[in-house]
Amino acid sequence: MERFSFVFLVAGLFFFALAFLISGAIPMLAVKDLDVRTVEQLAQKPPFEFALLSEQYPDAYAKAFPGMSQTEAFAEALRTGHRTYIGEACWHCHSQQVRPWGNDEARYGRKSFPEEYHNELNMPPLWGTRRIGPDLIRRGGRQSNDWHVAHFYNPPDVNPGSVMPAYPWFYEADGLTPNKKGLSIITYVQWLGSWLPRGDETLYDLEALAADYRAPVLPAVPGAEVEQTDDGGEDDFWGEE
Amino acid sequence: MTRNDSPLVHGAMVRWHLSTAMLWLCISLFAGLLYSLQLLQHWPLPKIEVLSPGRIRMIHTNLIAFGFLTNAFFAMLYWTVPRLTGVRVASRRLGWTILVAWNAIVLATYVGLHLGQAQAVEWGETPVWVDPLVVVGAILVWIQFYTPIVKTKERSLYVSLWYFSAGFVWLGLTYIMGNFIPQYLVAGNAAGPLLGLYIHDLVGLWVTPMGWGMMYFFVPIILRKPIWSHALSLVGFWGLAFFYPLQGVHHFLGSPIPMFAQYSAVISTIAIEIVVTTVIINFFMTWKGSEGSLKRSIPIRWFWVGALNYFITCLQCAFQVTLTFQQVIHFTDWVVGHAHLVMFGVFSFWIFGMIEHLWPKLTGREWWSLKLRSISFWTTAIGLSGMFLTLTAGGLLEGFMSLNLVPRETILEAMRPFWFVRTTMGFAIIAGVGCLATNMVMTVVASRAAHADFEYAPYEEQGEEASVGTI
Repeated sequence: MERFSFVFLVAGLFFFALAFLISGAIPMLAVKDLDVRTVEQLAQKPPFEFALLSEQYPDAYAKAFPGMSQTEAFAEALRTGHRTYIGEACWHCHSQQVRPWGNDEARYGRKSFPEEYHNELNMPPLWGTRRIGPDLIRRGGRQSNDWHVAHFYNPPDVNPGSVMPAYPWFYEADGLTPNKKGLSIITYVQWLGSWLPRGDETLYDLEALAADYRAPVLPAVPGAEVEQTDDGGEDDFWGEE
Repeated sequence: MTRNDSPLVHGAMVRWHLSTAMLWLCISLFAGLLYSLQLLQHWPLPKIEVLSPGRIRMIHTNLIAFGFLTNAFFAMLYWTVPRLTGVRVASRRLGWTILVAWNAIVLATYVGLHLGQAQAVEWGETPVWVDPLVVVGAILVWIQFYTPIVKTKERSLYVSLWYFSAGFVWLGLTYIMGNFIPQYLVAGNAAGPLLGLYIHDLVGLWVTPMGWGMMYFFVPIILRKPIWSHALSLVGFWGLAFFYPLQGVHHFLGSPIPMFAQYSAVISTIAIEIVVTTVIINFFMTWKGSEGSLKRSIPIRWFWVGALNYFITCLQCAFQVTLTFQQVIHFTDWVVGHAHLVMFGVFSFWIFGMIEHLWPKLTGREWWSLKLRSISFWTTAIGLSGMFLTLTAGGLLEGFMSLNLVPRETILEAMRPFWFVRTTMGFAIIAGVGCLATNMVMTVVASRAAHADFEYAPYEEQGEEASVGTI
């Protein structure tokens, strides 16, 4: 009995709590000042591909998002697309995380930074642990809506070597018009990375990025003084323009 | 059905949990095989939404973790804990409740994943509405098995019980941490580390302690001698308890998680290699002097190959966790091979060893076919080894191509032969496990020879395995 309580308390509870403190709680404290943005907040700035979808497929759009304003419809599409992305296990073959090594930055742009993930659609984050297809965190806008419509229906039609599954249930019976799921998943993918300016020329220019976003310089130790930098680095990243 | 029921051991629970475990295993293996066909561009079931390949992939992993491994460990606990403590589990009625409840949870997960209700937690894709039920299930398991451990009058606890005592509470804590906090409380960079901790702790703090406890119980009994060093096994226990929970973040090296957390995960992962070595030394030193058992005893063969695979897995761990290796192998099939080696090649193999040892005692009948036992072992072992090798080699190739900015289309082209071999090996594994499952069923249905020893006996007197005398 004595041994049991010792094992239970020290190994079972104390060591677990210690590990949670080091690997879980302290990293949480490091980002405690970042607000978690709701989908409604994210929906304030829809990428133009979403407006384009509503023009390309007006009937399907009206059926999927009846009587909603563009912002409401975009929020709804983001949620549905996000749910579909998880339910179809897209995140098991596509990562959403650019590492600072392994030539990730040359392929996918600037390494990931915490602010990108502090929103409702990253509860939990979809970083992924396998990359059969490309990383998607900045994928929005790389391909057109038309490309996505053709691609989701049967990826090898667009890209012969692709091992991505076909998703015919993202479409109406005609196999041409995306239904609500199809519109939503395209919206979600086109939204990814829309918080960064588009175009390859910015991908490697970190100074231009820093000026554009005024990304906050987080203190290495929570609560410590933030070093002053010339580009006004401590401004709120998500601050209203 | 009172075979091997005794006042002490609830034999029906062992039989039922093992049977359901094998059922889930068979479904899961088919799911894995199906998914591998998608990578060869030969998906056999197109245009059926509920059978979408991605959903099948999540069914594969979840049924292994919760359907197969956990059910089999429950069976193992019903067999071992009363024997080690000399006290019955809390309640037989509670046992039936846990059996039904746990399998209902697995069924709900299975159906939920088919319907596309997954949760974005790797190894815990159980739909969010199932999560609270899992926690209730874990609490019932605490009541059931902590009762004998607390009540026992044994003055010192055998090492298996140390593992079990800590493992039960870790299961509940890990599940709550991984499935609730990132889903409801914190987002992004605060939630990511918890996903890593969950992936790792489910293996390290639930499957591993149960597996080690199982190995430390059955291997000495089958070999009819004590373990080489009880002290060394306790060093292994404290090492596991201290270092294992610290490692979770190593699943997301290179992510925006603060580097101090990433470095602490790397260092403790290298440290656990020392701890694991104690278990492997203990196993092989116990086995030393009984080398003939490999030839005579099929259960020992499973345990032996499992221990060897464990050594390979953990040696791999110590290297692959370094940032140098991570550049190349993260996001590739190397990791998939590693996962198959530890979940299937080690812990599933040990469970098969336990089944080989227990099934005649549980049914009161001799194995239906001795030849099938051997075929099952060789087919599964060759299938797993081949799968591990092809995924590791393919992963290295994929990693270096990716590092050298080779276009993704070319990488996929290069991976095809490796994936083809992987599917072939998947067929071998299914054939091997199918032989074992068939043999189990036929033993119940058609075996005529009565097993000599199925009455309860104190564990010191068990272990006639040496007399089986098969190939």
